[in-house]
Amino acid sequence: MDFLTPNVFTYLAVSIIMFAMGIIGVLTRRNAIVVFMCIELMLNAVNLSLVTFSKMHGNDTGSMLVFFVMCVAAAEAVVGLSIVIAVFRNRLNIDINNVNIFKW
Amino acid sequence: MESLLPLIILLPLFGSALVGLLGFMLPSLRESESLLGGIATIFVAIPFFIVFNAYLGFHGEPIDFKLFSWMQAGNLDISFGYRLDQLSLLMAMIVNGVGALIHLYSIGYMHGDKGFYKFFAYLNLFIFAMNNLILGDNLAVVFLGWEGVGVCSYLLIGFWYEDMEKAKAAQKAFVANRIGDFALIVAMMMIFANIGSLRFTDILSSAGLEVLEPYSFWIALLVFIAATGKSAQIPLYVWLPDAMAGPTPVSALIHAATMVTSGIYLITRIHPVFLASPEVMVIVVIVAALTSIVAALIAVAQNDIKKVLAYSTVSQLGFMFMALGAGAFTTAIFHVMTHAFFKACLFLGSGSVIHAMEHMHTVEDPQDIRTMGGLRKYMPSTGTTFWISTLAIAGIPLFSGFFSKDEILSSVFFNGFENSIYFVVWVVATITAALTAFYMTRVTYLTFNGEERFPHEKHPHESPWQMTVPLWILAALAIVGGYVGIPTAVGHALHVPHVLNEKWLSVAESSHGGDHVGGHGADHSGGHGAEAAHGLITNNPEMLHAMHSNVELEYGLIIFSSLVAIGAVVLTWRFYRKHDLAGDNQVKALFGDFYTAMANKFYVDEFYNAFIIRPFVWAGEHIILWFDQNIVDGVVNGVASTTQSIGAVFRRLQTGLVQNYALVVSFGVVLILAYLLFG
Repeated sequence: MDFLTPNVFTYLAVSIIMFAMGIIGVLTRRNAIVVFMCIELMLNAVNLSLVTFSKMHGNDTGSMLVFFVMCVAAAEAVVGLSIVIAVFRNRLNIDINNVNIFKW
Repeated sequence: MESLLPLIILLPLFGSALVGLLGFMLPSLRESESLLGGIATIFVAIPFFIVFNAYLGFHGEPIDFKLFSWMQAGNLDISFGYRLDQLSLLMAMIVNGVGALIHLYSIGYMHGDKGFYKFFAYLNLFIFAMNNLILGDNLAVVFLGWEGVGVCSYLLIGFWYEDMEKAKAAQKAFVANRIGDFALIVAMMMIFANIGSLRFTDILSSAGLEVLEPYSFWIALLVFIAATGKSAQIPLYVWLPDAMAGPTPVSALIHAATMVTSGIYLITRIHPVFLASPEVMVIVVIVAALTSIVAALIAVAQNDIKKVLAYSTVSQLGFMFMALGAGAFTTAIFHVMTHAFFKACLFLGSGSVIHAMEHMHTVEDPQDIRTMGGLRKYMPSTGTTFWISTLAIAGIPLFSGFFSKDEILSSVFFNGFENSIYFVVWVVATITAALTAFYMTRVTYLTFNGEERFPHEKHPHESPWQMTVPLWILAALAIVGGYVGIPTAVGHALHVPHVLNEKWLSVAESSHGGDHVGGHGADHSGGHGAEAAHGLITNNPEMLHAMHSNVELEYGLIIFSSLVAIGAVVLTWRFYRKHDLAGDNQVKALFGDFYTAMANKFYVDEFYNAFIIRPFVWAGEHIILWFDQNIVDGVVNGVASTTQSIGAVFRRLQTGLVQNYALVVSFGVVLILAYLLFG
């Protein structure tokens, strides 16, 4: 298979790699900001595959959905970062393992 | 006029709510007694006039009306449907008419009571429930009324609930009534299980009666047990004498004129079921005879004016049940009517006396006849009406009680040709009638005539017009009320009809040709079902046959019972005029030790206490308490602790580490994807 000329598979491969990096980051990193960035990475991986499939089928619906995802991601970033700031004001760090008051 | 009919049901309910809410929300209005009492009285008087008008325009065709559908499920279809036929019209006239008079009387009697508005709210509610009971066209609505009058009776007996004795009397009445109600529920279930309907038209149709035929013994017996509760017969009569703890108008309305007769009404309503089971009829007549003589004996030895009247009511209810047991259903209703007049008058008169004695503030017990005497001089209206009603209840000829009681005695007697136990019952009934004449004359004489035994610093006063007017109306009815039921033998000779049977209750027999003394009865034993469904009443045909073929014997019985009544009254009058209160000592000597038993009500309450109530309480304290603490609480606590221990294990999953949750979610997504792709 030809990986050097861009085609559907190369785009999807990039998307999968980004998504996997995102998941690994979310599951392993302690810093809340980094976890947050990894979530964004996953979202953008999905966006990339949406655009790819949209182009492949010649259907614009997928591309339009990407704009919605971006909007929601922006909103989510606002809320998420405010939470992180609020946690920081209380605990003086943003290690998510410290935020465990819902523990049994 | 048809459109006004729902008002018979709704007005008393509305009046109850209005009076109750006005009194409850606006304490300043509680003082305006004539407003509150007036509203309540009018809201009973209007239904009476509507019923009276419906009666004037009544042509034998039952009038049905329906408020709304109550419940519908499968083949169960119960609605608030009502039916006006001869029987319910007559009962409704008695209930609303006497009810309105007693409302008027209560305005005077309850004057100054702090629960004035509550009293009238309850009284209106009672009329509402009673109207449901007698007008309902299906057993469910009747049962609603049946329970409703029980509740109102409870509320009104315990009206002065601050007195523990009175509160206990109310409870006793309620519990005794509930025992009977249970039997009624079972009877209703049996009827519904077999014919799938509770409407009287379905139950009393020929088809319905045919289906019920094999069960008629049990249904009739259960309905009778229900009636022993509500209508105070052995073994459940004990609540009625205690019910006198309530205000006197309540005793007059609920415990003499209306509610206690509902058992008789119900049996008359479904009388074909009773005619189909002669065994139950015998049970009814024996229980009734026992009740009436036991109550009459107890009444002889009582000194509380209301207690005498209470036992007299039990005894008279026994007479009504004797008529039912003899198959003379119209006669029972006749006695219900005359009894409503004279007994309401007697109770209201006793209330007037108690009222006067209380206002003297010098007598210790305002109900004890030993501290009365000679009251007629001070209370002419009360005294005269009381005497009229006494003569009526004693069965003196030409007063109303004579006609109905005589009809009962002869119906019982003429059943004797079929089953000789009825002759025994007749003897008991005659003795009871003589006893009735004795104790009623005694209590009336000792109250209104003879020596004045109350302290003389003050003397009693006649009651206000709101109280004496109802007394006079009821006394007038106690005189003329009997002429609707002139004995058939006499009536036939004089060409006077038996209005009650022929025009009001339209006995099925008379609908078949005019000749009344011809022994038609026997032909109709088969077809009375359809006629009952149409609202007609069929008396026991064998009894009617015997009665009509022995006209001379009937004359003899009439003369005999008149002589017994007149003799008993005159002898008692002369006896107490000679000895006054000391006469009781001679009666005591006559009965010997038996008198102590009579004065102590034959120790029935003590018996029930020892053999029923105490074992119940013991079982409650030991068995039921154990069951409650261990089984019931055990289940509840067990559910809680099981949940807790399961939670103790699974709470470990809740680590509080966000990444753990994220990991589980990721695995979940992988699993779902694997299932979707390869599953």
